[in-house]
Amino acid sequence: MIPQEIHDALVSHFGNAILDAKLEGVFDPFIKVAPDRIKDVAQFLRDNEATAFNVLMCLSGVDHTGGKLGVVYHLHSMRRNHKIVLKVDLTVEQPHCHSVESVWKTANWHEREAYDMYGIIFDGHPDLRRILMPYDWEGHPLRKDFQVPEYYNGMKVPY
Amino acid sequence: MEETLTQTAAAERPATIPGLGRPLKEHEMVISMGPQHPSTHGVLRLELVVDGEVVIDVIPHIGYLHRCFEKHAENMTNYQQVIPYCDRMDYVAAMNNDLGYAIACEKLLKIKVPERVEYIRVIMAELQRIASHLIAVGTYGMDIGAFTPFLYCFRDRERILDIFEQTCGARLLYNYIWIGGLSHDVPENFAEKVRDFCAYFRPNINELNDLLSYNKIFIKRTANVGVLPPEVAINCGASGPVLRGSGVKWDLRKNDPYSVYDRFEWEIPVGTGTMGAVGDCWDRYMVRVHEMEQSVNIIEQAVEKIPPGDVQSAIPKRIRPETSEVYVRTETPKGELGYYIIADGSASPFRVKVRPPCFVNLSLLPTISRGAMIADVVAVLGSIDIVLGEVDR
Amino acid sequence: MKEFLISILQNEILVYCLMAILPLVWIVPFALFAVWLERKVSAHMQDRLGPMRTGGWHGWSQTIADILKLIQKEDIVPAKADSRMFTLAPFVAFTGSYAAFAAIPFSAAYVGSEINIGLFYVISISSLVVVGLLMAGWASNNKWSLLGAMRSAAQIVSYEVPVSLALLAAVMVTGSFDLQEINRAQAGPVWNWFVFQKFPFLLIAAIIYFIASLAEVNRTPFDIPEAESELVAGYHTEYGGMKFALFFLSEYANMFAVSAIAATVFLGGWNSPFGGFLSGPWWGFFWFIAKGMTFVFVQMWLRWTLPRLRVDQLMYVGWKVLIPFSFAVVICVGFWVMLAH
Repeated sequence: MIPQEIHDALVSHFGNAILDAKLEGVFDPFIKVAPDRIKDVAQFLRDNEATAFNVLMCLSGVDHTGGKLGVVYHLHSMRRNHKIVLKVDLTVEQPHCHSVESVWKTANWHEREAYDMYGIIFDGHPDLRRILMPYDWEGHPLRKDFQVPEYYNGMKVPY
Repeated sequence: MEETLTQTAAAERPATIPGLGRPLKEHEMVISMGPQHPSTHGVLRLELVVDGEVVIDVIPHIGYLHRCFEKHAENMTNYQQVIPYCDRMDYVAAMNNDLGYAIACEKLLKIKVPERVEYIRVIMAELQRIASHLIAVGTYGMDIGAFTPFLYCFRDRERILDIFEQTCGARLLYNYIWIGGLSHDVPENFAEKVRDFCAYFRPNINELNDLLSYNKIFIKRTANVGVLPPEVAINCGASGPVLRGSGVKWDLRKNDPYSVYDRFEWEIPVGTGTMGAVGDCWDRYMVRVHEMEQSVNIIEQAVEKIPPGDVQSAIPKRIRPETSEVYVRTETPKGELGYYIIADGSASPFRVKVRPPCFVNLSLLPTISRGAMIADVVAVLGSIDIVLGEVDR
Repeated sequence: MKEFLISILQNEILVYCLMAILPLVWIVPFALFAVWLERKVSAHMQDRLGPMRTGGWHGWSQTIADILKLIQKEDIVPAKADSRMFTLAPFVAFTGSYAAFAAIPFSAAYVGSEINIGLFYVISISSLVVVGLLMAGWASNNKWSLLGAMRSAAQIVSYEVPVSLALLAAVMVTGSFDLQEINRAQAGPVWNWFVFQKFPFLLIAAIIYFIASLAEVNRTPFDIPEAESELVAGYHTEYGGMKFALFFLSEYANMFAVSAIAATVFLGGWNSPFGGFLSGPWWGFFWFIAKGMTFVFVQMWLRWTLPRLRVDQLMYVGWKVLIPFSFAVVICVGFWVMLAH
């Protein structure tokens, strides 16, 4: 299916959960989804025969500066051989997004990393802990406004 | 006497073990295959919840080798400066990491590299694949207890590293594949050296099979251990030999081709359950052995056809892509390595996200090793073949 | 030899003490040599050279240098470890291996103790090593050591059965447990050796004994208790310095003890393969040590070739493969001996 068809299928199913789309003039066409409906959209995309997105290639957190965060999902279908990108826009004050871990198990560790690095909280994730940073670290390192703390557990951090 | 061994009285035990989701039962013991351990392939902590010898759950703890690759990439003043950092992620297969990043940036900048560069890149990537699989196979044998194949594999790997050293001066971390080209052209007798290596290496694969692959004890240790069903593999995002070992014929070099891989004739080896169930450790191990053979095929075909040209002609002087983003994936020895690069019009990248194959493959470990014995956890971990540099970035 | 020494020294107790120390004169240089040999054998099998510099010719004094280093090391006892058991464990393990040498006949003229239940004594006293390993594993206050010790205890105790049964077959042919008696029964040319007698049953018994003895000394493919890649170093993880050297010494002494038993019971011990030619009390030493060293070499060879068995597979091999076969061998040899009389 071409991206336009995927977009149409999603709009017809989910209506106003699909916020925006940019399907031309980009390397990877993307569709913006509302944060609380992302799991239903993902479930539909995986289970629907025509789309059949059975692989979540990558789940990334992004900091768009100015207090805006985002999550980017790169999906791929092995059977239909097509790709699509889903995007979710969040803010620092409202960093909640529904987890897609129940749809693709890949997302388990990816979402933990997005939480660790950006502070995006995935509702419904079975075990949302930090993954790369130590468990008692404070702050979310990949945010653009992250300041390296002076001390961590009594050790001086910058040198 | 009680306290010296159990160390915490029952009252002090945490109510819920994080990652396990429940408190420990009476007969269970938590044992830490700690960050320093001979067979965790790096600094990885596996918290094993065991009942005697049987593993109830495995909780991996990573992050000991986190070197903030993504943050560094955002602070570089130039896209080319990120390449040495890419090397250091999967440090046993550095060429493939560079290749992925270079292809992603070239797509972003809409650069077309000369044919000579493509061919040399393919040869380097395939040689690196053989080198990486030699380490995987050798250390796997060592984990199972056979110490000798490890030395034989490293002996063969030295020949590959000699070729790399003659080309770019480095043995492990090359900074060779640049955006738009290569850092050095290959030396004069490159084709001859590569052909010599291929001729030398083919019989050694048979030697390895005699010594390790078909050894009865090795088969007993690895067959029917850590069986990964294909649907679980795909849903959990496995890629590379882990996915192919479960019988899924999926290789990015053929299914989503990049560079000039579509010009060569070679097979995709998959696991067929010869010694046990499809998708067990033996299958994953054998896929790697067969892949080494296929890489030799590709190299022999590629080295005949290297066209003349200038390897540095397409390297851009100024790298300032327009605001756009791209996701490019390549097939490294460990699996599917993805680079998601967001450019914002300035000279340094806005976001470089790496989707490491080992990170995703490692998340499979708890699923496939529940109910196995402690020795099997070691076998499964070795068959997944992780490099902590890539898991933690 | 005992009479000779008594006639010189006139003091029986002193003579007995001397005869007890004599195996040490063999064990310590043997251990030094065997460690070097292992390193060389493993190196050449792995396409490399091994020690080359220490002492000049092929690094012959490498082990001596290592021992000097180990003697100087700080003696560390982990904080929460049971320090008395921790210190005692290597000595218990070594005692088990060393005591077995009392009944092993190095030559027609020398055996430490001429007891008529020699073989029975050797098998039982070498089980003392298990106690030492268990003590080491428990006293280390380390879960990995504990696992290693538990596995080791299970393994050694299980493999005692095929060892004993295989040796029982040879005892039935001789009619005595006395090792000197077993040696004398194999006097003569090569085909008198027990490994060729009652063909093929004693050959099978020899093979069973050799495999089971690999498990007794914790060598690959049965080296699960000290499986480097899983348990760091198993029961001797926490040991360093002289205590570690003592564990090592006891392992190599044990290796030679089981090889010596195999050589004595199945390969004719101190008998020369040519019958009367090149035999005698001093030649007996040479033949015995040569046959023992052959088995030691085969043990080293196997270690660097084969992967290791998982602990449940190891128990399977012991209980479900070796024991039925050894029972069958005992029954068949028993019938043969009975019918031959």
